[in-house]
Amino acid sequence: MAAVTSLGETPIAPPARRPRGMQARRRRRLNAFRYVVFTVFGLFFILPLLAMARFSLEGATLGSWSLSGWRQIASYQNTGIPPLLSAIEITLELAVITCVVTLVLLVPTMIWIRLRVQWLARTVEFLCLLPLTIPAIVLVVGLGPIYNRIQHYSLSALMLFWVYVILALPYAYRALAAGLSAIDVTTLAEAARSLGASWFSVIVRVIAPNMWQAILNALLLTAALVLGEFTIAYLLLYTNLQEELYAISRNTPNASVVFSTSTAALLFAFALLLILSYVGRRRRGRG
Amino acid sequence: MNTLVAAAKQEGTLNVIALPPTWANYGAIISAFTAKYGIKVNSALPDGTSQQEVDAVKTENGTAKAPDVLDIGMAVALANTSLFAPYEVSTWSSIPTAQKAPDGIWVQDYGGFMAVGYSSKFGTITSLNQLLGSQFKNAVALNGNPTSANAGLNGVMMANLAEGGTASDISKGVDFFSKLKAAGNFSPVSATGATIKAGTTPVVFNWDYLNLPSYVGVSNWKVFIPSGVALGGYYAQAINKNAPHPAAARLWEEFLYSQAASGGQNLWLEGGARPVEQAAMQSNGSINTAAASKLPAVSATPTFLSPTQATDAANYLAANWAKAVG
Amino acid sequence: MAVATTTKTGARPSRSGRRPSVPAWVGTVPFFAYVAVFLLLPTGIVVVDALKNPNGSWAFSNISELGNPLVRGYFIGSLKLCLLSSVSGAVFGAILAYAVASGNPDGVVRRLYISASGVLAQFGGVTLAFAFLVLIGPVGLLFHASWYYDFPWGIGLIYTYFQIPLMVLVFLPAIDGLKVQWREASENLGSSAWQYWRYVGGPLLAPAFLGATLLLFANALSAFATIQAWENQIAYIVPQQISTALSSEVGLSNVNVADLLALGMVILVAIVMTGYALLQRRAARWLR
Repeated sequence: MAAVTSLGETPIAPPARRPRGMQARRRRRLNAFRYVVFTVFGLFFILPLLAMARFSLEGATLGSWSLSGWRQIASYQNTGIPPLLSAIEITLELAVITCVVTLVLLVPTMIWIRLRVQWLARTVEFLCLLPLTIPAIVLVVGLGPIYNRIQHYSLSALMLFWVYVILALPYAYRALAAGLSAIDVTTLAEAARSLGASWFSVIVRVIAPNMWQAILNALLLTAALVLGEFTIAYLLLYTNLQEELYAISRNTPNASVVFSTSTAALLFAFALLLILSYVGRRRRGRG
Repeated sequence: MNTLVAAAKQEGTLNVIALPPTWANYGAIISAFTAKYGIKVNSALPDGTSQQEVDAVKTENGTAKAPDVLDIGMAVALANTSLFAPYEVSTWSSIPTAQKAPDGIWVQDYGGFMAVGYSSKFGTITSLNQLLGSQFKNAVALNGNPTSANAGLNGVMMANLAEGGTASDISKGVDFFSKLKAAGNFSPVSATGATIKAGTTPVVFNWDYLNLPSYVGVSNWKVFIPSGVALGGYYAQAINKNAPHPAAARLWEEFLYSQAASGGQNLWLEGGARPVEQAAMQSNGSINTAAASKLPAVSATPTFLSPTQATDAANYLAANWAKAVG
Repeated sequence: MAVATTTKTGARPSRSGRRPSVPAWVGTVPFFAYVAVFLLLPTGIVVVDALKNPNGSWAFSNISELGNPLVRGYFIGSLKLCLLSSVSGAVFGAILAYAVASGNPDGVVRRLYISASGVLAQFGGVTLAFAFLVLIGPVGLLFHASWYYDFPWGIGLIYTYFQIPLMVLVFLPAIDGLKVQWREASENLGSSAWQYWRYVGGPLLAPAFLGATLLLFANALSAFATIQAWENQIAYIVPQQISTALSSEVGLSNVNVADLLALGMVILVAIVMTGYALLQRRAARWLR
């Protein structure tokens, strides 16, 4: 590899050749570094999750083991608190709706900007990053009157999707931007247009399928966000999964169901993302 | 009354807010109400604060989700009377005059005295100063931040009175917690069922009805009220002026103030709280004597904070609490 | 079939007289309208309310409240925590991102860490705080960290737990963008690893790194649920105080104070995000 010429190399002076051994040693050092890093960080991330898992298996008395936390996910119910299962259901539905709306809003817009209105690119990028930085508490205070209007039409917690799409913008934008920059949008669009496609077809039938990995990635990041969102649902007085878990943890001494549900949600999101990354690879091999 | 019941049944739903099921037996009260009248109860935000209840009334105004009835602290009640509709329950005369608004805009419902609950692994505690000892590292917790939670503020006030302070000046209470913090005994985490069970907060300053072993979920839990101190606090009921279910709201109030054996007053008593009609019920015999005898003994004349005293305490805490325990 | 020619950006030449040409930016209106209603409008409401009295009249003097020592204390608390968690998150996250990027692009490890980052960047709040509490709290399973309840160290550690994955997500594309050829070129010219990083890799990555750090900073600034679950007896940071101002039961509730604090946060965030935007412009030059 070291013998291959590379960009920027000038032929004026013969470049100093590294002895073969140095390259291998560099690789070895790099690998050692990587193993250390992955072990240390792996431990750091896994330990709290293990603690959570341990507590999800906690029985009625401290120190005992029991599967009741896991079994209760399907059956948990307390007076005045909606059943856990209905909160899970609502949150999953919310995730789907949010994902769909985010995509419908962002994908055409980003492609359109890339093709026709490049001067707006910075503005859109900025706006998409803003939600990451405006505290949910601030947003909620301002959302009060808006949600009051919405509640005249629908009381369902599914109405949370309006603000969840905003929260998802930073993550979805980055994922989609990465996908967009990897394909040659302009050429594809030109080719399609020259064959008589309408703009709608260009976006939906030509470009979007070429960035389906990025789209899937954005979808899953959005879903992970919805599964983990608490503050806005709590302050707007809706019940979603995290709010339910919070209410359970404050009102029951035996909170192992809180941990089992959280662990389950984390594992679920993780498994989805992992599967996605494998599905992408196979497709690339064929194409 | 019958017309009220019929109208309420037609409405079919009741929106309540901030009623945790294990708080003063609200779980049983809600179930009993639904069983008796067939009206569905939507319980929102079980661990909300009184201010959040009032905020909900304001932000959800005009929607079908707005709270119908409120159970709030006195400070918040007095500050928001413009949001309530007056209503006098049928047992109005059994309620002491000092505990209700003359026009019926608010009326107190149940209360308790500030107490200290603790795990029996510490033996028996009889005075607050024992809590400064070394076996209580990180152990002593309040229920909520005193600068925003009623129960937290009253916890500090109880310490204040036990240390010789007066109701108008909470500084001795803040100093006590400062000493606790210096000894490393103050827990920065509010007590909840989960933290008590995990052993993180084995000593809790809280209302006596929230320090019951059944509420706390730990069987070896003991309670004591410092001698010479009886700091009481009552909550108040109010009906939303623009309640989406006005008849159900009023029926709920009737249920809560009914002196029947399975009515609200006795159910609160079973939850360890002192119902506001307790005196009247004791003289007319409708009280659940078994439950009444389980209430912790109070050894001094009860003190209740007046609104001015409460505000002064809150202002003092806002300025000094973080410095004292931060 | 006749093939219509296209202009450079793929636009079809408009048939004369048939349709008035609609400017291209109209296609972005749905997006901007949505963001305007659900992001800009609420922020605007908060900012405007901050400058009003409870009875609705204007009170521009409210701004001076931001100089109140108590309020300053909250902002300093927020800044301390955000600085600590964003710097540590950025540094450790960058190291992890480099380790991930320098491996097999198709490998299991890379997939595991990227998927984990996607999930853990969102993980926070009650469950995370409780997980750390049982791990290193007073009755910790692992050991008892005496600094666990100290601000900002204990909570800083918890924040770092979700800052590192966010850093990996944000910074990895930049590291991936470092073309292998540049490393090879510099080696062929005789540089050591240190020289490569000092003169080539470092300056190339610096804007992206700083930009990512700012993003982490802004993310930490707005976090709330986690610190509430960690310790809620004392308000250390601005969001906690906003919550107190909104929900106080003891008569201290004041929506305008909450809005004022929120205004302070918005200003702070605006400064941070401007810095981020400027840095992104520099970074884009090399990594396009």
